[in-house]
Amino acid sequence: MTNEALQNLINSWITDLEFSEEESQFLNITVTPEHLHQLMSDLKSNKETSFDYLFCLSGVDWQPELGVVYHLESTTHRHSIVVKVKTADRENPVFDSVCDIWKTAEFHEREVYDFFGIKFNNHPNLKRLFLTDEWEGFPLRKDYEDEINMVIK
Amino acid sequence: METTLVKSNFKSEEYFINMGPQHPATHGVLRLLLTIDGEIIKKVEPDLGYIHRSIEKMCERDSYQQIVHLTDRMDYLSSHINNEAVCLTVENALQLELPDRVKVIRTILSELTRIASHCLWWGVMGMDVGALTTYFYGFRDREMINDIFEETCGARLTMNYNIPGGLMFDIHPNFVQRTKDFIAHFKTKLPEYDTLLTGNVIFQKRTKGVGVLSKEDAISFGASGPVGRGSGYSCDVRKHHPYSAYDRVTFNEALKTEGDTFARYQVRIQEMWEAMSIIEQLIDNIPEGEHKVATNAVIKLPKGEYYQKVETARGELGVYIISIGTKNPYRLKFRSPGFSNLSLLNHIAVGGKIGDLVASMATLDLVIPDIDR
Repeated sequence: MTNEALQNLINSWITDLEFSEEESQFLNITVTPEHLHQLMSDLKSNKETSFDYLFCLSGVDWQPELGVVYHLESTTHRHSIVVKVKTADRENPVFDSVCDIWKTAEFHEREVYDFFGIKFNNHPNLKRLFLTDEWEGFPLRKDYEDEINMVIK
Repeated sequence: METTLVKSNFKSEEYFINMGPQHPATHGVLRLLLTIDGEIIKKVEPDLGYIHRSIEKMCERDSYQQIVHLTDRMDYLSSHINNEAVCLTVENALQLELPDRVKVIRTILSELTRIASHCLWWGVMGMDVGALTTYFYGFRDREMINDIFEETCGARLTMNYNIPGGLMFDIHPNFVQRTKDFIAHFKTKLPEYDTLLTGNVIFQKRTKGVGVLSKEDAISFGASGPVGRGSGYSCDVRKHHPYSAYDRVTFNEALKTEGDTFARYQVRIQEMWEAMSIIEQLIDNIPEGEHKVATNAVIKLPKGEYYQKVETARGELGVYIISIGTKNPYRLKFRSPGFSNLSLLNHIAVGGKIGDLVASMATLDLVIPDIDR
């Protein structure tokens, strides 16, 4: 499907989505945290979109917002899409987990939790993946400071 | 002396052991927490982070030229391809048109890297299941490729030969001849691999029907590279999203449908033949021209988001850059193949024996710095 056809189709499911193709090679959708899980599950299960391959899941600190970026591809139709979700709550950022839709998300979400402190509802095993349990702070946040381990330029 | 556990969630017959972080079959500092009932595996939980260097955070402080040098410390057996991934992302963002010479040389070097990586994998795969000889065969052939790299790139493992805009310097005058010599040599040696290991009855019994991964699960777990293709999932980035000179060569995507350890093994052997075929198609026709195009000393990417995927020896490596127009990336994420491939280990190992876990893990071909980053 072309990006335009994708946009028209997806727009008919959920109303408050933002679409953008600027400054990116993919079609970008920004979704509110409440609608995230519903949108993702539709993107996977709908026959016309069938985004069955989550090839990248990244946490991003947009300052002041925290968010997650999902890169999706369909192995049958070979089209791609990017879904973004953001929250302004830096103290307790929470999104719904998508591990029930794509199993690869389990490890990726743990990585995001480890480095950004973003929590995921309904995640089966949400704990730090790389860092020790006693580690304080979330290193990939822009406001993280560590005078011992970081070389500051 | 008290010999029973008083407080535990385990059932009485289950117990727990550590595999690694210094276990030879985990190929690096990977620690697996195994829950076992007799010799049957109930659960595998990887414990990561022993060599995490936070490359992604370091990238946010470095220039784009410096980032390239960090990438071959990830999957050090595919270092050339890792370098290429970052260079391609930067070049696409700057909309640089590269000379054909650069594209062809990069493709040849990538395929040599793939053969070298698979040679090493084949050697240690045999060793993991108890066949010591393979190690010496694999390293003998890999050594020839390392010599070629040393002559052209100046390094044997961490090449750093790619730079944004092309290659650091032109190929060595001996490069073409030595590569041809290697292909002629390896064509006589690769059949020996089959004679020595593939047809071995003990080896086949250790691998056939072990660690089965279905196609649906492969896609859901984000498997890529030979792990995905062993399950019949067509995921070759070189075919679906061609880069460099892959659109001008013909090769077959190695696919097997069984999904077991033996299928993943066969895919890698087949890939070595295909890699040789790709090199043969290109080696006599390296176009003349410049080996790089000029870039600014300080590279600033235009504001925006860039994603580039390449096929390393282990699978799909993705580079995701968010730029705000400065000389450093605002955020850089590496989607490494080993990370996703490791996440399916629990799925394929549960219900098998510890020996099967070692065999399955050998064909996932994990490189731990690639996972830990």
